[in-house]
Amino acid sequence: MRPTAVPLLLATLLTATALSACGSESGSDPDTVKISFKQSTDNSIKVMDTYLADIKEQFEKANPGKRVELVPIKAPDSEYYTKLQQVLRSPKTAPDLVYEDTFLINSDITSGYLKPLDPYLAKWDDWSQFIDTAKEAAQAQDGKTYGVPDGTDTRGLWFDKAIFKKAGLPADWQPTNWADILDAARAIKAKVPGVIPMNIYTGKPAGEAATMQGFEMLLYGTASGANESPLYDPASKKWITGSQGFKDSLEFVETVFKEKLGPDVSDALDPNIATRVRGEFLPKGKLGINLDGSWLPQDWLEGSGHEWPEWSEKLGLAYMPTQTGQAPSKVSMSGGWTWAIPSKAGNPDLAFEFIKTMQTKANAQKWYIANSGISVRTDVAEDPAYVKAQPGIKFFTDLVASTHYRPAYPAYPKVSTAIQEAMEGVTTGDSSVAEAAKGYDEELKTATDNQVIKK
Amino acid sequence: MTSAPPAGPGVVKTAPGPTAPPSTPGGRRDVRRVLTRALPLSPAVVLLLLFLAGPIAYCVYIAFTDLQLTGQAESSFIGFDNFRAAFKDDAFLNAVWLTLVFTVLSSLIGQNTLGLSLAVLMQRASKPVRTVTGGIVIAAWVLPEVVAGFLLYAFFRREGTLNAVLDWLHLPSQNWLFTLPILAVSFANVWRGTAFSMLVYSAALNEIPKEITEAAEVDGAGGWRRMWHITLPMIRRSIGTNLMLNTLQTLSVFGLIWVMTRGGPGNRSQTLPLFMYEQAFQKSMIGYGTAVALLLLVVGSLFSLVYMRLLRTEV
Repeated sequence: MRPTAVPLLLATLLTATALSACGSESGSDPDTVKISFKQSTDNSIKVMDTYLADIKEQFEKANPGKRVELVPIKAPDSEYYTKLQQVLRSPKTAPDLVYEDTFLINSDITSGYLKPLDPYLAKWDDWSQFIDTAKEAAQAQDGKTYGVPDGTDTRGLWFDKAIFKKAGLPADWQPTNWADILDAARAIKAKVPGVIPMNIYTGKPAGEAATMQGFEMLLYGTASGANESPLYDPASKKWITGSQGFKDSLEFVETVFKEKLGPDVSDALDPNIATRVRGEFLPKGKLGINLDGSWLPQDWLEGSGHEWPEWSEKLGLAYMPTQTGQAPSKVSMSGGWTWAIPSKAGNPDLAFEFIKTMQTKANAQKWYIANSGISVRTDVAEDPAYVKAQPGIKFFTDLVASTHYRPAYPAYPKVSTAIQEAMEGVTTGDSSVAEAAKGYDEELKTATDNQVIKK
Repeated sequence: MTSAPPAGPGVVKTAPGPTAPPSTPGGRRDVRRVLTRALPLSPAVVLLLLFLAGPIAYCVYIAFTDLQLTGQAESSFIGFDNFRAAFKDDAFLNAVWLTLVFTVLSSLIGQNTLGLSLAVLMQRASKPVRTVTGGIVIAAWVLPEVVAGFLLYAFFRREGTLNAVLDWLHLPSQNWLFTLPILAVSFANVWRGTAFSMLVYSAALNEIPKEITEAAEVDGAGGWRRMWHITLPMIRRSIGTNLMLNTLQTLSVFGLIWVMTRGGPGNRSQTLPLFMYEQAFQKSMIGYGTAVALLLLVVGSLFSLVYMRLLRTEV
């Protein structure tokens, strides 16, 4: 071999080793707990970072010799899920504790990414303080619990008192059925020109907001009992095809847009509609009724860019009624995030100790208030300091008693898209209610591998 | 008694025939030489295999599995199921149709014809006009795709520039992105991509010898006839190349449409790349999305084949 060949060969070998070294062993130190969470893409928002730094300090003081390593993932929601799923795939990269959205937790459970927490929860006294519905949010089809919820959200009707006054509607408005809502919107349309009578999120551009804040708030109000789930049948473990309730909900959406009680269709189907509602329509008094989530005031707090401290005088709150006012008369949907331990975590025991530190009553309360979150613990919900922390917090916390969690099983994201497509069809007028419901049935079969049932 | 003179040396050497094995020392040197010469290439080959061929092969494999990003315990090989599902999927067929519309309108008709007309006009224009026109057209092409997308979104939206102009002319205005989304994004693609065709055709037109066009002119051929009988046949190869490159570029446009309409409203501007993204990353069905990507490749090669056929030079 000529002398020049040697360095070349070396270069080749070096390249190859450098490439294979990309996934070098990180190993897991038995005294360090690694925590991954979603960091806001907005650099000025440090709510989570501040809170976790505080807990880290408490934890390290209480457990001498143990260290906490925070591993933020800076990304918008949808990308955070993807990145998280990638680090969970290998023991080399899996953290000890992750922040999981209830929207996708079941998909990740099915993928085998997460560890059941039942043995830990059985020995943890505070678990009894958590309300049952919240416990179910992180429960899989196998009946085991995979996450500890750190708060939740609820949904209801926000309305503009000034517009209501002009329309001759009461300042303490509370509809008792769907017809009341439509009548109020019609009154606004007739008497207050130049404003949008009501907003309900619809169609694919709005994404999960359309499904959850829009459609499910209607659909779950068509059920005849508090425990009935109109979307998924837990007994047979099957998804329910377009029921009468489903069609009625579509009809409500159709009515809103057909009678021009909602935003202009092209605005309603603009991907930025949610941002416009919060930042423009409501603060500028351009929207009468808005079916939306408990987190709206987050955007109006000081230092948020859309400061609007007087919102609590300008806006009223009403719960979403059931279709005809039948029991339980109120309806709300809830989502939220949970703390979960990856199945490939190196230090699961230490990770659960950290959850316990986060979920002492005082720390949980601190977090709910910092985050405009809704308490899932009975002891915090009853605490006057929590109730007084923000206007509206009591109203939305009381809704937890009558809330529903999404059947967020692995097929749910696809089912959600199918719902958005059906909504969009009746919003644009491209399809009738019957056609849209039929299209949903077909999509549902594909999305769930034919796990459907007629009701 | 004379004996025949000996016929040369008694040992008869067999000349090495063509099938004789090469003498070992020289052969070994040959192999070694080939290896030594290949050595400088090896880092590049390793890198290409690792980062290009590997992923491509993996993609082809994934297209035949039901791999998901999340929501399943393990993926399995399912043969042609993804492809069968695609052809039964109305949304996929809709995406194929829209992709064809988008490609024919914006690449074949729009960019190509407009590019050629601009090139022909600029041949006759004075230098300052040529510089200014060329500058403007190329500027649209140089802009990053996302920026171009936002500009055209601002142009077409309900409170946008186009409607302002129409109002001023007292013509009826509408929300173009909502009523005619596929036309709006096609127009956007023409606006953005014409420069490329213009440059190709300008170069091609400059290659045509002046004598020929002058001779035709002397023989009394008018502008259109000269175009049809002389210019077009002479730049035929450039037309083929340009159509091919244009089409392949247009087939894979994603950012422009994503920014303007996100494939909406409904699925009315959801071309194949957007459909692919929705399936793979929004619905987590990586296997199905990859299968659709392979089908997009097929669409691209079909176009290429047609062009090659149509524009074969009969020399």
